[in-house]
Amino acid sequence: MNMDRPTAAEIIETEAQQAIDLKALRAETEIDALLEELDRDLVGLAPVKRRIREIAAFLLVTRARERMGLQSEAPTLHMAFTGNPGTGKTTVALRMASILHRLGYIRKGHLVSVTRDDLVGQFIGHTAPKTKDVLKRAMGGVLFIDEAYYLYRPENEKDYGQEAIEILLQVMENQRDDLVVILAGYKERMDTFFASNPGFRSRIAHHIDFPDYSNEELFTIAESFAREGHYRFSPAAHEALVAYIARRRAQSNFANARSIRNAFDRARLRQAQRLCETGGVVDREALQTIEAEDIRASRVFSETIS
Amino acid sequence: MRVTQGAFSFLPDLTDEQIARQVAYCLDKGWAVSVEFTDDIHPRNTYWEMWGQPMFDLRDPAGVMVEIRACRDANPNAYIRVNGFDSSRFWEAVRHSFIVQRPKYEPGFALERTKGKGRTTHYQIRPYATERPEGERYTNGKR
Repeated sequence: MNMDRPTAAEIIETEAQQAIDLKALRAETEIDALLEELDRDLVGLAPVKRRIREIAAFLLVTRARERMGLQSEAPTLHMAFTGNPGTGKTTVALRMASILHRLGYIRKGHLVSVTRDDLVGQFIGHTAPKTKDVLKRAMGGVLFIDEAYYLYRPENEKDYGQEAIEILLQVMENQRDDLVVILAGYKERMDTFFASNPGFRSRIAHHIDFPDYSNEELFTIAESFAREGHYRFSPAAHEALVAYIARRRAQSNFANARSIRNAFDRARLRQAQRLCETGGVVDREALQTIEAEDIRASRVFSETIS
Repeated sequence: MRVTQGAFSFLPDLTDEQIARQVAYCLDKGWAVSVEFTDDIHPRNTYWEMWGQPMFDLRDPAGVMVEIRACRDANPNAYIRVNGFDSSRFWEAVRHSFIVQRPKYEPGFALERTKGKGRTTHYQIRPYATERPEGERYTNGKR
């Protein structure tokens, strides 16, 4: 009889001993709190949230499998976030860093956000140290490369971006335990970038697409900005804001939540200006309230929709 | 003769894991970690060659380990040390320093006596390795 091979009864017994309570593991990693926070804090983005839950569940199960001694290759965690500006890519990347940290896939959980300028040098021999420096800073955390497609400039074959790409790829492959790379940018341009750099596509496990916000979602976002800053909109301002969002979307350089944040900041400026001009005694109510005229004064309302 | 400079030099050589934990300690304290190498191991040779610049803003030892490995590959027969520099007010000094690589064979030091005025004797030590030119020390004659 082969003594090395356990009998069926033994297998059942050991497996029973080693059964892992996923709930307990979830509680231990406090992952649920993070996911709930994500759900609560971020408006809309349903497909993104679903993907993140999927990834979190997968990583949790991988952890459980590890504890049971079920060996599998360390999961690739590099990701690509595609979507229009202002759809929450950076914010989600920050959350992702803490999720990965809680699940023990990165050691520190910080996010290093860079663009082409931080990686690519200006003269020959300048790029490699620069890229390596950034990579070293990102180790133990997440490296977030915004507008990653700028790294690759097919029109200039002497471009140093290629050098940065090669170093990145090498580290993404060999030091998967040390850092997670998230590439972000517009969907179409990322697609061409991946098409011309197949090395990247194959090393990225999760492609997450960020949809544009609907007008209602943008309104909710504006409200949450106001709430955070202890402001509120008067009923007339509500209407103005709804109209503003509809008009702003049709204009150029619309950047989803970022446009809304800027609009809110400018409305605050106008409110302050209005209060100062009126002068006299202001009460708490007046200091808090943004009126319709603060929003209606925006350039968005004067420009014709082209 | 085993060179004993810096921390832990009376202990067996640190493993990479132990080195990484020492580096993590430095980073947690907010010190800038640097890698240096030399093949002139005289105790008064305080300025070793810098392997790149000191590393600021690091959070995790993995980045330093990359540099240590690169330095070892480039200088397989040199002494390599890792320093943790505390830039905070009052300290502004290297607060941690330990050797992470030493040559396989360390020939040790010669003690030289110089006769001075009267019957005084001056002593000085000289690493045997420095008899050879830089870059050929500790290599058994091979470059």
